[in-house]
Amino acid sequence: MRTTVAALIRKDLQLERRSFESVPAMLMFSVTVFVLFHFGLDRNALAGDLAAGVLWVTLLLAAVLGMNRLFVAEREQGGFDAFLLAPVDRTAMFVAKAAVLFGFLVAVELVAVPAFVLLLLEPGIGQALPELLAVLLLADAGIAVVGTLVGALGVQTRARDLIIPLIALPLLVPVVIGAAQATAPLLEAGGADALEVRWLGVLALYDAVFGLLAYAVFDYLLEE
Amino acid sequence: MATAATTAPADAPAVALEGVGRAYGERVALRDVSFTLPAGATVAVFGANGAGKTTLLRILAGLLRPHAGVATVLGATFPDEAWRARGRTGLLAHDPLLYRDLTVRENLHFHARLHGVPAARADALVAQVGLAARADDPVRTLSRGMTQRAAICRAVLHEPELLLLDEPLANLDPGGAIAVAPLIGREAGPARVLISHDAEQGLAEADHVLGLRAGRTAIWAPVGAVTLAEVRGLYA
Repeated sequence: MRTTVAALIRKDLQLERRSFESVPAMLMFSVTVFVLFHFGLDRNALAGDLAAGVLWVTLLLAAVLGMNRLFVAEREQGGFDAFLLAPVDRTAMFVAKAAVLFGFLVAVELVAVPAFVLLLLEPGIGQALPELLAVLLLADAGIAVVGTLVGALGVQTRARDLIIPLIALPLLVPVVIGAAQATAPLLEAGGADALEVRWLGVLALYDAVFGLLAYAVFDYLLEE
Repeated sequence: MATAATTAPADAPAVALEGVGRAYGERVALRDVSFTLPAGATVAVFGANGAGKTTLLRILAGLLRPHAGVATVLGATFPDEAWRARGRTGLLAHDPLLYRDLTVRENLHFHARLHGVPAARADALVAQVGLAARADDPVRTLSRGMTQRAAICRAVLHEPELLLLDEPLANLDPGGAIAVAPLIGREAGPARVLISHDAEQGLAEADHVLGLRAGRTAIWAPVGAVTLAEVRGLYA
């Protein structure tokens, strides 16, 4: 299975490098929304709950763009059929696609989070960076798992651009709550408060539950 | 490619269908189709557009579940044992099953990894079909004939025991047809299910003839027992 996952990831990265369909769109969306908030809220800086909410809702909506594109090449260029003809574990596609979406999210955040800090926060986030990194990675894992599951489901429909967010966003509400609650103390005005570890636990539990669920049902989504 | 555990006995038929049917919603695409194709033999499938040929091919590939009857491919009964036939059939359909933004070589190396085949085999096939000069070009830049050659390489990459061919020579020039003959022609060796609209060419390639009309079997006979006029009558 490791070879198959590696082959699928490599193929998806080659496709993204050629087409630039996902990461640039997700990145442009995130930065544009931060710019809109910067001017729309008419404040010099955000802090606490509001800052965390803006960050996570923006990242989540950017992730939906990636989910929408995740399986398009498989659907439109016969990737599903070719994969199903091969003597490989079908779950490899789930693992590979989730890893790719996770990678895309991390790549986007490498630019989008500094842009968020620059446009919407007061200086001083640096001291909370390790904690913020932990929140980002746990939340990204949840988004990647659910996004892969919903992406595979939605791409089979004609209205995938509508279906995928309609299914994914409600499922990802716990991620937004957990991530925003965990992030809010880190973005307090005048310096970061302590991270509430229980919210990291909530995110980790979400990742584990949906990871197992997706692993169990993904095979059936590839059936006709 | 197939292991001892998954290979059917040597005398087992490549394909055995009994009363196979398939519907898309209300529309019945295939109804009560039965035939047995011996190992190494070729059946030419004829029928007008919408007769059920592509549905039949996709059932044999394990990509569609039959809604009625029993389909056995390479000793595996579908859909429950479809996993046993995976990697042992080669499908050449209208869609080349290649990523348009990847090069021919990248596509074939990807499929080689999925099937556990050395990349050198892919490179050798590319050269054999006369695509070496374009192997590093994206598939989207190739002509239809060249794309078809690349798709043939993909279909035979893993040396399948059963070839499922939907108009395999479509878009190929005479040179291309000659180049791919050792890979998908009669001399290639595996059993073949060959969909063709060219009655003469199809009959010349086949041992058996399956004629479909509106999803039903109109002809099933050894090739010598079927006339050209009967085949052409399927399109009337």
